[in-house]
Amino acid sequence: MSYTPDEMMTIAAARLLWPGCVCFVGIGVPSAAANLARLTRAPDIVLIYESGTIGTKPDVLPLSIGDGELAETATVVVPLPEIFSYWLQAGRIDVGFLGAAQIDRHGNLNTTVIGDYAHPKTRMPGAGGAPEIACHARQTFIVLKQSPRSFVKRLDFRSSAGFLGGGGERAALGVGGAGPQIVITDLGVLKPDAQTRELTLVARYQNVGVEQIVAATGWPLAVAANVEIVAPPTAEELVVLRDLNERTRLAHAQTRRATIAGVA
Amino acid sequence: MRFGNLREIVDGFIRDGQTIAMEGFTHLIPFAAAHEIIRQGRRDLHLIRMTPDLIYDQMIGIGCARALTFSWGGNPGVGSLYRLRDAVEHDWPGPLEIHEHSHAGMAAAYTAGAARLPFGVLRGYAGTDLPGVNAQIRSVTCPYTGETLATVPALNPDVTILHAQTADRQGNVRIDGIVGAQKEAALAARTLLVTVEHVVDSIGAAMNAIVLPHWVVTAIAVVPRGAFPSYAHGHYARDNAFYLEWDTIARDRQTFARWMQQHVLDCRDHAEFLHTLEQQAA
Repeated sequence: MSYTPDEMMTIAAARLLWPGCVCFVGIGVPSAAANLARLTRAPDIVLIYESGTIGTKPDVLPLSIGDGELAETATVVVPLPEIFSYWLQAGRIDVGFLGAAQIDRHGNLNTTVIGDYAHPKTRMPGAGGAPEIACHARQTFIVLKQSPRSFVKRLDFRSSAGFLGGGGERAALGVGGAGPQIVITDLGVLKPDAQTRELTLVARYQNVGVEQIVAATGWPLAVAANVEIVAPPTAEELVVLRDLNERTRLAHAQTRRATIAGVA
Repeated sequence: MRFGNLREIVDGFIRDGQTIAMEGFTHLIPFAAAHEIIRQGRRDLHLIRMTPDLIYDQMIGIGCARALTFSWGGNPGVGSLYRLRDAVEHDWPGPLEIHEHSHAGMAAAYTAGAARLPFGVLRGYAGTDLPGVNAQIRSVTCPYTGETLATVPALNPDVTILHAQTADRQGNVRIDGIVGAQKEAALAARTLLVTVEHVVDSIGAAMNAIVLPHWVVTAIAVVPRGAFPSYAHGHYARDNAFYLEWDTIARDRQTFARWMQQHVLDCRDHAEFLHTLEQQAA
């Protein structure tokens, strides 16, 4: 079966999650990947969204982080201050799954502004739950599309901490989590170097060249001696992902007439 | 606690220049109350909400706000809040002072406010640029361990406005589903205004349900579908199609102004607002 780079990215991200894993999920590709994992290899994965839904099993992907679908299919719904204090800050999360607009070579993320903070060229939504997810999840996985605009030499704003300036700088912060352990893009896979903590290309997708990935990176990308090739999507992975996306598309396109039926 | 209609309640309790929190995390967003504040032309408000959402995009775009305290300012799952962006990027329709936090920071600030403590404390903001742009994010040394912890000043809004599913005749208010920081925002406020889907004889709450007792509630208005286009669990679903549509409506100043005129300013109340949308969808 043929597939798109976005499908490969989502599927590669889903493969990182294991049965029983407790995963704090962000909206977008992380949510698609986490639910794909739940519907394929890890049916007992525990998905937590910051809206307070613990152990949720949505049939369609939520558009917002607080869709009713998440609450209806959850083991329990807790107040929001609790999700950040008792669950995240207390260290009960195995994996924080994050996206971002910009990433730098040490896995720091920007979701706040492009340009100057006070007079930004582009004001983005901001940090939301990410600064504390980045610190308190035992580790984070990051997923975003790779281009010179997203993989930048210098972030305009640091919304969430990766390895800061690299080396031991993160450890000196005294935070509980190990930080970003893997970055999945639409071209390949990067992991932090054990010493310098600089992101290093360790795998690529079929039909994507190393030079193409280097060219899509805004700094001179470190490349592992042996760049592996990620196995292409299986038929099952593709079918389950496409079914999920199609159910989601239909659900989100429901007309307002259906939603406010009974008003008049 | 007293029951009233929404127009009288907004007229009686909302003043220019106040600090106002309208909470509800994606769920139970008090759109009807916000639209009434817009109709009554309130100005210079300091708006507080973890996720400004479409409700504050509308209030900012129409010119109600002078300041915003928030932690995530996007259209959930869709992209930008273009009116918020226009205010921050181009001072349109006026400059907007922003006080930016993380969700965990805002949650700690509301929790402290509800407990009438001066500040909230958390292991937060580590390694981020947020403390550099928000002077209210500071730190304290733990007297027991010596650890440095982040602090945020308590949030104590002049007024918190919520939408809930149910009130009983005495004015006890019950909230079901995703509850966000609604209880904390309610108890942090000096004045608490609530719109509800309906009033029942008996609140029928489970023992550990989220109930705001009548004696912490200032006033209640019954406004069916008062959270629309967000949702009220057990009553109606989130209109995700509208959230997708808002991307086009809010992107352009004129389109936005026309939409607000037609669907909010020219409508007498929330029932009329719903009617205009229903006609459009028919």
